[in-house]
Order: sequence, then structure tokens, then C-alpha cells
Amino acid sequence: MHIPLGLILVPLAAAFILLALGRTKLRKPLVIVATTAFGLGSLHLLFNQLSKDALLVPFDETPFLTGFGWAGLLIGAFLLERCIRFRQPLAALLVLTQTGLAWWAEHLTHLRHNPVGVPLIVDHFSAIMAAIIGIIGGLICVHAVGYMKDWNHHHDKLPDRRNQFFFLLFLFISAMFGLVFANSLPWFVFFWEVTTLCSFLLIGYARDAEAMKSAFLALRLNLIGGIAMTAGWLLILHRGGSLDMLQIVASGDAMYLLPVVLLCIAGLAKSAQFPFSGWLLGAMVAPTPVSAMLHASTMVKAGVYVIIRFAPVLQDTMAGLMISLIGATTFLLTSLAAIGQSNAKRVLAYSTIANLGLIVTCAGTGQYNAIWAAILLVIFHAVAKALLFLAVGTVEHRLGSRDIEDMDGLVMRHPALAVAMLVGIAGMFLAPFGLLISKWAALEALIVVNPILPIFVVFGSSATLFFWAKWMGKMIGAEPGARPVPDDTHSLELIVLAVLTALVIICCAVFPWIAEVLIDPYVLSVYGRTMVIGRETMVIMSIMLLLVALLPLSLLYRGGERFRRVSPYLAGANYEHPYRFTGSAGKEYPMGMKNYYLAEYLPELPIRRWGTIACLVMMAVLMGVAL
Amino acid sequence: MTRNFLAGFAYLLLAPLVGALLAGLDRRITARMQGRRGPPILQPIYDVLKLLAKEPIGVRRHGHFFVFGHLVFMMAAGFEFFFGGDLLIVIFAFALASVFLVLGAYAAHSPFSHIGAERELLQMMAAEPILLLTAMGFYLANGSFRVEYIADHPTPALFLLPGIFAALAFILTIKLRKSPFDLSTSHHAHQEIVKGLTTEFSGLSLALVEIAHWYETIMLLGLFYLFLAPYPLAAVLLVAVVYGLEILLDNTSARMKWQWAMKSSWTTASLLGAINLIVLYYWMGTTP
Amino acid sequence: MSFFKKSPWIVHYDGASCNGCDIEVLACLTPRYDVERFGCINTGNPKHADILLITGYINHQSEPVVKAIYEQMAEPKVVVAIGICATSGGIFRDCYNTKGGVDTTIPVDVYVPGCAARPESIIDGVVKAIAVLEEKHQAMKKARKAS
Repeated sequence: MHIPLGLILVPLAAAFILLALGRTKLRKPLVIVATTAFGLGSLHLLFNQLSKDALLVPFDETPFLTGFGWAGLLIGAFLLERCIRFRQPLAALLVLTQTGLAWWAEHLTHLRHNPVGVPLIVDHFSAIMAAIIGIIGGLICVHAVGYMKDWNHHHDKLPDRRNQFFFLLFLFISAMFGLVFANSLPWFVFFWEVTTLCSFLLIGYARDAEAMKSAFLALRLNLIGGIAMTAGWLLILHRGGSLDMLQIVASGDAMYLLPVVLLCIAGLAKSAQFPFSGWLLGAMVAPTPVSAMLHASTMVKAGVYVIIRFAPVLQDTMAGLMISLIGATTFLLTSLAAIGQSNAKRVLAYSTIANLGLIVTCAGTGQYNAIWAAILLVIFHAVAKALLFLAVGTVEHRLGSRDIEDMDGLVMRHPALAVAMLVGIAGMFLAPFGLLISKWAALEALIVVNPILPIFVVFGSSATLFFWAKWMGKMIGAEPGARPVPDDTHSLELIVLAVLTALVIICCAVFPWIAEVLIDPYVLSVYGRTMVIGRETMVIMSIMLLLVALLPLSLLYRGGERFRRVSPYLAGANYEHPYRFTGSAGKEYPMGMKNYYLAEYLPELPIRRWGTIACLVMMAVLMGVAL
Repeated sequence: MTRNFLAGFAYLLLAPLVGALLAGLDRRITARMQGRRGPPILQPIYDVLKLLAKEPIGVRRHGHFFVFGHLVFMMAAGFEFFFGGDLLIVIFAFALASVFLVLGAYAAHSPFSHIGAERELLQMMAAEPILLLTAMGFYLANGSFRVEYIADHPTPALFLLPGIFAALAFILTIKLRKSPFDLSTSHHAHQEIVKGLTTEFSGLSLALVEIAHWYETIMLLGLFYLFLAPYPLAAVLLVAVVYGLEILLDNTSARMKWQWAMKSSWTTASLLGAINLIVLYYWMGTTP
Repeated sequence: MSFFKKSPWIVHYDGASCNGCDIEVLACLTPRYDVERFGCINTGNPKHADILLITGYINHQSEPVVKAIYEQMAEPKVVVAIGICATSGGIFRDCYNTKGGVDTTIPVDVYVPGCAARPESIIDGVVKAIAVLEEKHQAMKKARKAS
């Protein structure tokens, strides 16, 4: 009963304590205690939820609404000050619009004296989201303790503002919990704005020119989303509808279509779909735990969360199809754009946008089996992507580079980190791992709805195959005899990576259970029916997982006693040293291998430009059909 | 259920045999087309048995690791196919098997196998959409992703899926490593990147790659059989015609650049495959 | 029974030949001679090959390369020297840059004389090489049993 409130308040309290303490040795234990608390709390909630219907938390929301109104004004004033200080007139205008609209909407809500009886609610879907926030988010916070120490080392010109960093991280977690438990639209909008604020400040954490540019881009695009969302709220008030989110979904009333479309546009902005996708790429300047938490596993998931929540309203509508198409276009184009990237974080960013696009594609259809696939995607993507981001961040500090070309032979140099990354990548695109299971479900669901959507997915997922596999190849291609280099990685970072690696595998192993006790009940409660996967399919997936798990056993066979090591074939020219060859005029050259990036054929900027144009057109159509 | 398991295990036992004979026949026919006598039909089997007796050498001790995975998942994909399981899962397992081979080539850390691996990935990217579209097409035509239902459906899918059939035949050339798409590695000596993907494999690993390729060939031809499954004789004839055309194409065309391979297969996939799918969807009504 | 007799794969290396013998080696693959009848394949890759055909004499530049290629072949393996230059250095024997025939660098099992060696004699040499290959295979088997 008190757990949802506790989950919101514990990180909030921790945030303020961490901020107040400043530079302190207590930070590490405090972070660990707080994350353990809300991690266990979210798990408890999850297991509590298994056998029950939605948990309702009724109380009078009126005083809270007043509080949110004032807090919203404070946030607005703070953002406005920033915009003026950094001379961002457009952003300032958007802040004013958003704050004004929100204040007005708050005011109207008060005038109507029709508070939502159950402001907070925990159903299976929010329990899943809470578990992702609590566990993955918690692990990322713990990882950040070690990572930020290194980060400060690498940025020694900057003052140590780690207390602010952790304040924002925990504030963000608190807001995320509030977001997924909110059943009252004003609550939802308020927490939504808090996540925008945290994202803005965390992207600009380094405070250099590039960071501030990216931060303001993120702020502008997310404020556009926020304005759309507040407009949706106002529109519901104007049409005399309910602000109870469950009622909106259940009513089936056509008057909710336009407000829901506006909310979904906010979702598209937050999940960085075209035409809003630019901010997520810029956000990669932030320290890696921020990328992992906000821009991969949780905050961007809020964007798809709102679309999945309201998906039943979109069922069988032209508006829903347009949202799906925007997602599908984003999935295809960003997957292609990722091929041309050699910066590991940019590859991850594009792949994140792509996967969110796939989720949006599923959610936009509003069909029960597509929603089922979308939730599965949310879970698996959060786990695997968090692992990949954190691993890339840790590797970056070890190698001094985040370029994939510098990860040559990582499996020999940093075996533990390489294995974590390989598992994460396999989790992103290979059977029988998570994302592929979800992709399978998505394809089976989409083909029933519309033949065009799966065509996008089919081409896009072929592109993902290429860029993930070549990255894996880069890491495992090593000169034999290369030795692991001494590793000074913070032990907390390694523990978190190990736990996440295990989670990626465990999630696949228990996938049938996740589907049965978590996703099925939610989809059943909304649609009255759910996706049926044949028992045999699950068996096959398990067998494949077992085969993958058993495969390392073949390493026991070391080529037999007679095994003889030879140098690689280089037309015989590598006779002095296996990896150097004698070229013209008897000169020795080192051997080097680079991956294909096809930059000539898949130029990044035109892809983004066309994606933006195409999706803007679709947004126009979307608004047209919704009106 | 018994029938499913029988078919699956029959595949595991017989596919390498049939695949080897087919490869032998292929070499014989190729030789005849070139005015030569050609090797015995059993030649591929001789080759593999010889490779098994060679001294184990390699760039690194665990070079066989990924090749082993390649074979195991190729067998798993084929088993699931002949078992009658979900076609999408077959295709995903097949992709996993192919990725294992590519990783094996990367792990060797040799320039020739590296280029071979990159090219193989490109070829996979070229072929993957059509494979998945084929599964989609069968679902629309026969109402299921399961191979057993597709095979038992009374109407042959060929007439509903002519575009997808043609597109699939197009990428079969890629998967069989035949000209004009023998970019990553080839069965013949005329190779500009030595042996590409397989350059660093020898002895046992090379033998495993060959065996996996036999499994692969049979599974892919099984996919073509499905198009006319209600009429077994006609279906076998169809498979024979397709394979015969592949041999003819192999011997009458030169190798193309990867750019052409990519563009032509994605164009074919979208023109023939995707349009076929869309037309079929609206023709069959909204929910088949 | 072993399968080395039925599937001798070849790699061909040009030490420092005038290309006469090289052309004759390739001629063996043509429809007129068709060595694939015997399961021969010109692999172009020492790691796949059983028989190394070398044409031309060995000079100081090609010496380490020949050694490296020989090293990269898996046992059992056989070396065939094709043409008189590969056999003894031929007319280049006394040149300042010449080291001599192939056997100055790596052990040679079969010599095929001729300038240029005719395809018939090359095929003859390969057939002899196959016999040596089989012998070496049997010797390997014995050595393994013994140990």
C-alpha cells in the first residue's frame, strides 16, 4: 500500500541528502543503501503484483495539485533563468509557453473540483516499469559511483560537482517512479516535466559549449513534447473528459482520440523518434551512466510507456497507423544510420532510437499481441542496453577511446569487459536472446495488422545484423598471444557489469515466466485476450539457449596434442613476424584491419534529413486525421 | 508429433549425405558445362574425409569454437524446419548460425578472412529481408508460421507468392555462394581474396564448414519445396529446376561487386517481395 | 584406406619463373587435361592444400616466402618442383641473385623436369606426389600409434 509512495519518496530523500552532504566519504554507502532500498522495494512490488489485480492508492489529490502547480512554476523560473543566461530565446519562449499552459491547466483543473479519486495505481505494466527503474536504475547509480570518480579524474579542470550529479540522478529516479505509478494526468505531466529538467541538467553536466548546445537541443525538443502533452490535458478539460488515465483508456470514447494523439506526440519526442531524434544523439556527450539511465533504459522508455498506456485508444485508427509508421520509419532509417558509425556511443544511441521505433511501431497499432511484443521489447532492451552503455563507458576509461576501431582484440586485452559487451550485443540481435524473441513476437503481431509495417521491420532488422556483428568481430579478432592488460577498473563497476550480464541471460531463461505472470495479465486486463505462444516455441528457445550455454564447453578441446600454431595467410610475406609483412623495397609494414562503414552509401546526415522530413509529413497527417 | 520428430531426425542424419551428393552432382554438371569430365559424384565426401585426417593447424588454438557453433545452429535451424516448427525461428536460428561463421573468420585475425567476414555480413544483410518476407508471405498465404501447417495446406503457396518465390530464388545464389554472388568465399579457385571467409580454416574446421554447408543447402531447398508442398512430385521438380538454374547461372556469370549484390537484392526484395506481400494482404482480406 | 589419394588439393607458387611453367600448370585445369577428374583443386591457399607446386628457381627474395608458405601447410604435405629451374636452377643457376632449385630451401619430393614442363608430365608428377602423400600419411598414422 505504502510502497508506491515510498518508492517515490526514498530516492527523493536520498537526492536531497546527497546534495546537502557535498563532498563526502558517505556518498558510496549512502548510494548503495538507497539503491538497495528502492531496488528491493520495486522487486517486492513486482512479486506482490503477480497474483493480484491493480493496486489502487486512493487519497485526496487536491493539495498535491497545488504543490505541483507551484513546483512547476519554480522549475519554469529556473529554466528561464538558464535560457536567458545562455541566450537561448527559442528555448525561453518554449519554457514560457509550457509553464503558462501548465499553470492554466492546473487552474482549470482546480476550478472543476473533480479530482481523480485514485491518483496512484500499480498494475502489472507499471510494476514491470518500476522494476526496470528500481533494479536497472539502481545498478546504474552504483556503477556511477566508480565511474564518476574516473570521470572527474579525466576532467580535472572541472570542479567536483558530484553531489549535484547524484542529486539529479536520484531526483530523476523519484520522478520516474512517480511517472509510472501516476494515474492522474496532472501528476503524470508534472513528473514528465521533472524528467525533462533532469535530462537537461545532466546532459549539460560538463558545462562546455558542446554539452550546453546538446542540453538546450534536448530541452527544446522535449518542451515541444511537453507543450503537446499539456495541450492534451487542456483539451480533455475543455471537452469535459476525465483526467483518470485508466478511465480514458477504458472509455473507448472518440473524444479522447485527439488528446491521446497529443500525449503520444510528447511520447514520440521523449523517445527520440523522427523528427525529434536529434537530441538523443547530442545527449551522448553526457557521462555514460546518464546515457545508460536516461537515454537508454528508463527516461526514453517513458516516451514509449505513454504510447503503450494509451494504445487501446489508437486501435484501428488512422492516427494509430501514422504513429506506427513514424516508429517504423525511424527504426529502418536509424538502423541504417548506425552502420556508418564507428563511435560506440553513437552506435548505441542510434540503436536505442531504432528499438524505441520498433516499440512505437507495435504500440501504435493498439492490437493486443503487438502491445504484448512492445512490453517484452521494453524489458529486454532496458537490460541489454544498460549493460552495453555501462560496458562502453568502462571500456572508454580503460582505452581512452570510444571508437569501435580501437576495440581490436578487446577479448584478449580486457576479457571480463569484452565478455560483458559480447553478451550485451548478442542480447541485442541474436537468437535466442531477448530482443530477438521480442522481434519475433513483433513480426508475428504486425503482419496481422498491416503488411507495410513488417516490411520496414524486416529491412531494418537486417541492417542491425550488420552493425552488431561487425562490432563483435572487431572485439574477438585478436593477435594470438596478446595478454590481458592490468585492469584498474573500480570494483563496483565490475560488480554491476557482472550482475547486468547475468540479468541479460537470466531474463532470456525465464522469458516464458515473464510472459506468463507479468505481460499476459496486463494485456488480458486491457484487451481481454493475450498473445499465445506455442509451448513448443518456448521449448525451442530454451534448447537454443542451452546450446549457446553449452558451446563454451567446446573450448575444452584445444585442437588436440598435435596442434601447431601457424601465422595467418599473407601470401607468405609475413615471414619475420606473423602480423607484419615485407612489402615493396623490402620495407616492413604493420598489418591493420578496419571494418566496413559504407559511409559513401549510407551518409548519416541525409538519412536523418529525409527521416525528419518524412516523419514531419506523417505528423501533419497524424494531426489532420486526429482533428 | 512422431512424424515431426522422424522428419527432424531424418534431416539430421540424411541431410549431409544428400547435400554431399548434390554438391558432387553440382561439380559434375559444372564440369560438363565447361566441356570437362569432372570429379566423381562422391568427391565432396572424399574431400571432407581427407580434411579430417589432416594435421590440426590454426592461427589460434580455439579456432574451431565458432565453426562448431556454426554447425550446431545450422543443424538446429534445419531440425526446426523439418520438424515443422515456426518458420521465423528457423530463419533466426539460421542467421545465428551464419553469424557464428562470420565471427570465426573475424577471430582468425587475418586480412583475407576479415574481408571475407565483412562481405559475408553484407551478403547476409542483403539476403535477410527476403528470408523474413518469405515467412510473412507463407503466413498470409497459408495462415500459419508453422512449417507443418504450411506443408499440409491444400493450396500451393507458389501461385499466391510468385514475387516472393522469385526474390527468394534470387538470394539463393547468395546463400549457395554461387556467381555472381560468390563474394565472401567461393567453391572455385578464381577468388580475389584467396578463400575469403574460409582462408584460415583448415582440416577439421574446414570439414565442419563444408558439412554445415550441406545442411544449409538442404534446408534452403526445403524452403522451395514448401511452395508446392501439396504436390510432392511437382515440388521436387521445382526444387530441381531451381537448383539447375543456379548451376547454370554460376557458370555463365562473372562475380559482381558487393554494391551490386546489396542494391540488387534489396531492390528485388522490395519490388517483388514487398509488393507481393502487400497485394496478397489486401487480396486475402484484412484478417486471413 | 585413406582419402588423400582421392582428394589432392594443390597450391601453386611461382618462385621466380619465366611464367612458362605457370601457364602449363594452369593448362592442367583446362578441359583438355581436366585434373579435377582426380579430385584435384587449385586452392590458392596453403592452409587448404596438400601439394605445393613450385615453378621457377629460388632467389633471395622468394626464399623466406617459400619457407613461410611451406610452414603454413598442414601435414601430410608434398612439394613438387615443376620445370628445370625449380629442379636445379636451370639456365639461371649461375646468376648473381639465384640460390638454386627449390630443394635448396625446402625438402622436395617430386621433380618434374622440362622447359617448360608439359602438362602431361606435370600430371604425372602430381600422380607421383599423391603416392608420396599417401606414404607420408601412413607414416604419420604409425608415428601416432607408436606414441
